[in-house]
Amino acid sequence: MNVIELKDIVKLYDMGGAEEVHALQGITMSIAKNEYVAIMGPSGSGKSTLMNVIGCLDTPTSGIYQFNGVNVSEMDDNQLAEVRNREIGFVFQTFNLLPRSDALHNVELPLIYGGVPSAERKKRALETLDHVGLGDRVHHKPNELSGGQRQRVAVARALVTRPSIILADEPTGNLDSKTGEEIMMLFEELHRQGNTIILVTHEADIAEHAHRAVRLRDGKIETDEPVRKRRLQAAGSAS
Amino acid sequence: MHFLNELKEGLIISYRAVKANKMRSVLTTLGIVIGIVSVTLMSTAIEGVNRAFDRSAAAFGTDYVAPVAATRRRVYRGNESVEDAFVSGTTHQYMNAAGTTLADGRFFTAEEGNGGRPVAAIGATIAETLFPNEDPIGKVIRVAGHPYTVIGVFEKQGGMFGVFTSDTRVFIPLLSFESHFGGRRRDVTIQVRVADVKQMEDAKLELEGIMRKIRHISPGKPNDFSINQQELLTQTFEPISLVIASIGFFITGLSLFVGGIGIMNIMFASVTERTREIGIRKAIGARKRTILMQFLIEASALCLLGGFIGLMIAFPLSLIVDQVLPTAMPVSVVFISILISLTVGLVSGFLPAYRAAKMDPVEALRYE
Repeated sequence: MNVIELKDIVKLYDMGGAEEVHALQGITMSIAKNEYVAIMGPSGSGKSTLMNVIGCLDTPTSGIYQFNGVNVSEMDDNQLAEVRNREIGFVFQTFNLLPRSDALHNVELPLIYGGVPSAERKKRALETLDHVGLGDRVHHKPNELSGGQRQRVAVARALVTRPSIILADEPTGNLDSKTGEEIMMLFEELHRQGNTIILVTHEADIAEHAHRAVRLRDGKIETDEPVRKRRLQAAGSAS
Repeated sequence: MHFLNELKEGLIISYRAVKANKMRSVLTTLGIVIGIVSVTLMSTAIEGVNRAFDRSAAAFGTDYVAPVAATRRRVYRGNESVEDAFVSGTTHQYMNAAGTTLADGRFFTAEEGNGGRPVAAIGATIAETLFPNEDPIGKVIRVAGHPYTVIGVFEKQGGMFGVFTSDTRVFIPLLSFESHFGGRRRDVTIQVRVADVKQMEDAKLELEGIMRKIRHISPGKPNDFSINQQELLTQTFEPISLVIASIGFFITGLSLFVGGIGIMNIMFASVTERTREIGIRKAIGARKRTILMQFLIEASALCLLGGFIGLMIAFPLSLIVDQVLPTAMPVSVVFISILISLTVGLVSGFLPAYRAAKMDPVEALRYE
């Protein structure tokens, strides 16, 4: 079953006057459960807009977006907030943690908005933090954590609601390559555990961790194909 | 449950926000602090005036009548003198009708009054001025040249705002007053006590009937006298309460208005500063209502902080007011203050909170 189905998604930005920017010009694609998809493209290609639409942060100008079989393209702000809360886990390039709250509270936050009772909330948040390897850092504030640890907190926050998809926007963009690699290993593990992951990036070697790559150009899908596991092949031929 | 979770989260956020900006928060609440201090002190002062009123009203006993004729004359003894003293001629019933007490000596008796004896009971200020180092009882003073023997000194009253005080008065028998200062063509005041202040209107009607009968005024003709209610009650207390209330309301209203604008201003700043945080919260599922509530709670928390600081400042000040007026800070004022603070918070926090609530999550997340 497809988690995400996009049909002829168009997004126009009214730049004032008669000027309009066609950020998305008819995107049709679907993403099945437990897929690991990379959305790629240079800046201005529309990949951020597509991510916002998929993440229910924004609604398309036209087209139909079905999430788990439910049409979300015509939902109001509150309904969208609910979908974001339950079904989507965001991981951002700049981590986007609340600076004054500790790791535990940051991870609890989506559960608070989801109305989960406090005891269960805490239990689940602690479990999830443990899962991403931060069981001993739960009371640290973001500024007391390294970049990689912060991103792990963000991943835990995305995971804690057991969402249908994890939407990661350049998750390694603010990390050094070693830490970035560690985060990508974490994503791979999450994928193996059955999560659906959508990775938005412009870096080819990061996209290679995914199993399918969708390339955008000028608001249209240029290519949509399985990722050739170059590195695995390279490693194989070297041995 | 859901609502309580969000309320708790809102309180936690507010606490952290206030803690992170201690100085700014306290300065912001200054307007509210001043507003609450003034509303508290105003209520305390009005309470004081009311209590003073009750005490005077309590001094009104039962059915005594005393006529009083008064004039302003020079009272002196040797080199000491009081210009413009209130010289009042009355009967021995005056003490009962006016509800004042003597510090020393006695008031004149019925015999002395009816005989027009040259005796006087004097106010505390007159006694202090004419007899700086002596006991005035038995000494002779001169009232516009006529000798009078001092037989009593009134207790110092101080007087509420200088009105209706016996301190600067000299009381002499009505007959003596008439023979020395003329009485026939002079207005005479008759003091009447009403047992219960609430029966004031009935008493006035009754008095009017009696006076018309005594003076043989035929029906339809106008009164040739007038009945004034005790000035102390209607003409003194009410304007004082009114003045205190209007000054108080003005200061309170003004400072709460300014305070409210201060809160609104800082909340707008806070919303802008935390645009990104709002974006994050929206991305992970906060609804408009949740964000609105969060900032309303924060604005109210700031105002409540101001309210509590205000009460803490006002309480010792009310003890100072107590030195001037018999009063205490009414308990209701505490609740009223909290209610006012909360209201100002909700009103002034609404626009900033609404701006935060309707932010577009995409824009907010992009904000640097």
